[in-house]
Amino acid sequence: MSSAGHLSWFVRHEFRLAWREWLAMMTGGRRRRNRAVIGLLIAAAILHLPAYAVVGRFADLRFPLDPSSLIVLSATIFLSWALMLSQAIESVTRVFYARADLDLIMSSPVKLTNIFSVRIAAIALSVTSMALLLSTPFVDVLVILGGARWLAGYGVVVAIGLSAAAVAIAITVFLFRLIGPSRTRLAAQIVSAVIGAGFVIALQIVAILSYGTLSRFAVLNSATAAHLAPGPNSLVWWPARAALGDLEVMLLLVAGGLVMLGMVMAVFAPRFADTVVSVAANPAATIRSRTRAFRIGSRQQALRWKEFLLLRRDPWLLSQSLMQMLYLVPPALMLWRSFSGSSTAIVLITPVIVMAAGQLAGGLAWLTISGEDAADLVATAPLPPSRVIRAKIEVVLIAIAAIFTPLITALAFASLRQAVVTAIAVVIATASAAAVQLWFRAQAKRSQFRRRQTSSRVATFAEAFCSIGWAATAALALTIPGAAIASGILTTMTLATAWKISPKKA
Amino acid sequence: MTSGLSALEVRGLTKRFDRPAVDALDLTVRVGEFYALLGPNGAGKTTTLRMVAGLLRPDAGSVSILGIDALTDPVAAKQVVAWVSDEPMIYDKLTPLEYLEFVAGLWGVDPRVSEGSAHDLLVSLGLEAHLNERCEGFSKGMRQKVALAGALVHEPRLIILDEPLTGLDALSARHVKGLLQERARAGCTVIMTTHILEVAERMADRIGVIAAGKLIAEGTLAELRQQNGRNDTSLEDMFIALVDTEAAAA
Repeated sequence: MSSAGHLSWFVRHEFRLAWREWLAMMTGGRRRRNRAVIGLLIAAAILHLPAYAVVGRFADLRFPLDPSSLIVLSATIFLSWALMLSQAIESVTRVFYARADLDLIMSSPVKLTNIFSVRIAAIALSVTSMALLLSTPFVDVLVILGGARWLAGYGVVVAIGLSAAAVAIAITVFLFRLIGPSRTRLAAQIVSAVIGAGFVIALQIVAILSYGTLSRFAVLNSATAAHLAPGPNSLVWWPARAALGDLEVMLLLVAGGLVMLGMVMAVFAPRFADTVVSVAANPAATIRSRTRAFRIGSRQQALRWKEFLLLRRDPWLLSQSLMQMLYLVPPALMLWRSFSGSSTAIVLITPVIVMAAGQLAGGLAWLTISGEDAADLVATAPLPPSRVIRAKIEVVLIAIAAIFTPLITALAFASLRQAVVTAIAVVIATASAAAVQLWFRAQAKRSQFRRRQTSSRVATFAEAFCSIGWAATAALALTIPGAAIASGILTTMTLATAWKISPKKA
Repeated sequence: MTSGLSALEVRGLTKRFDRPAVDALDLTVRVGEFYALLGPNGAGKTTTLRMVAGLLRPDAGSVSILGIDALTDPVAAKQVVAWVSDEPMIYDKLTPLEYLEFVAGLWGVDPRVSEGSAHDLLVSLGLEAHLNERCEGFSKGMRQKVALAGALVHEPRLIILDEPLTGLDALSARHVKGLLQERARAGCTVIMTTHILEVAERMADRIGVIAAGKLIAEGTLAELRQQNGRNDTSLEDMFIALVDTEAAAA
């Protein structure tokens, strides 16, 4: 086969793999795919409603905009770019470390530079496709309400997707050269988490320090931001201009994205092979532990000790905890400021804490309950399954308590009532997340954590809606207690529905 | 033989998936016996052993382990059983010693006893240099040895092994075989599935051949030869003849 033949064959192979992976992710690997696809289409149609609520009022916007609107629009596009970058870094890391076919490809008689160019393009394509999918309801709403000029929004998504993939590859290869294969995986996960959350958190911190509010829009709409912003013809506003329908600028941005990706392919594709070989040659650094005496304790203690040790040594958990900690920095900062003033905005801390606790508990519960690497061993151990589950849930509760108790204790000094409400809501949100994971548990390897959300869409939505619901209930309990009752009932109904349709009514 | 002397007594064991995987199987293994369960791929060996180990609920039948009804009192039965699967399931982020500490803790073994035996087991399996290294970089053979050490650390009276020698090099295989024979000599019962018929021929006191979920032949090597009507035939030849006859009958 000619080189060109090889390449087109490999492109087809990559497309087929990407399509099947995407389909499995969207349908949760179910056999009844038609039904899953119809469900997805209905969900996508329904998503146009919240999209209308968010962007509907902006459909008449035209360039030139006032500085504040321009800043908000550009910041939103930048945030999308940062999230895509975060996603792309994860994808690149997976290509380096987790592709099972690398041995086959590397041993085949094809030019590796071409192969890895295709793979880089595949990363860019998957990141851009996902972004297009997520942005479709928003762009559709703008097109319907504001006219065809908003179709340029799709071009902006493509441009930022291409550039995010290019930068992600450059960052990961740079990290690889800088700190080596064994540390890059963890470092890339942390960088990805920090980039994803960092922009919003930084804006919130500035907003708290300057305006005493958690709203990042306070910064973007401020006179200071408008004063510091460059003139209307600056390159900085190009993405916003393109999104507003400036076709020429949009085409330039897409061309810029393609050039960036092309440059990355030209520079890094030949080094990709070296990088992959280095990873294969250094599978995992040998980490040694100190010898110590065996612990005395019950069987449940043995289980809890194992879970804590594995969580402590889990790179995903480290990066996720770091991200949760980052999300907690703004409320903690706000709490600290509230000691010196009488800001009513402190109420906003409660939903942030409750939401963070619910989300972290969901991840921890999956790792302890479903993510069991030695499932046979635990199943053949002489203790009833109920005690195994209890020990694992205790681990989640203890971990959440250890993380959130200091913050709630500090809150108690500012407002005892708020601290009590927050503590109760954290416990309920944690218990709800653990319950959902328990009802929808499906045995898996811990390394499959990234795919946990595709194993059950219902569980994912139930977990998210419960966290949001309890966060809202707690906030309402502090401000409009009557509404809190309604919110609490709705969230309980969500949880009850999840239980009703779960495969394991535990 | 009375049931009190049996390490394992299986009666009418049945399990269906899309088709019958185990079909009203009767099996008795005596205390202190080294029993090899042979059969072609998909014959029902692993399904049978998973039901015995408490990993799979049978559709029908009974399982008695050292006189304990494993279906009505699984916790008591599991206390005396160890299970080793062909895919070693261990924790990448634990060291072999930490893994054995966890297993001993799960079985409620006194740490003062398990600490010494864990060390000795790992050393006897050639893992002395890796006692405190995390298992994430281990080869399949090393992982299999750690899993085996985990199965032995709580001093089980019935060891069930599903293809324990898969992926082991010659020296490691010898280590494992030696350890299992030592346990059998000490009165422990060993049930093992294997596709390496030489191993069954050399190590097993009795051999059972399973096909399509049914036990089609059982006995010592001499008894199997006698049943087959040829004294000079190898186990491999007998096995192929038995399986072919069964397939033809089906």
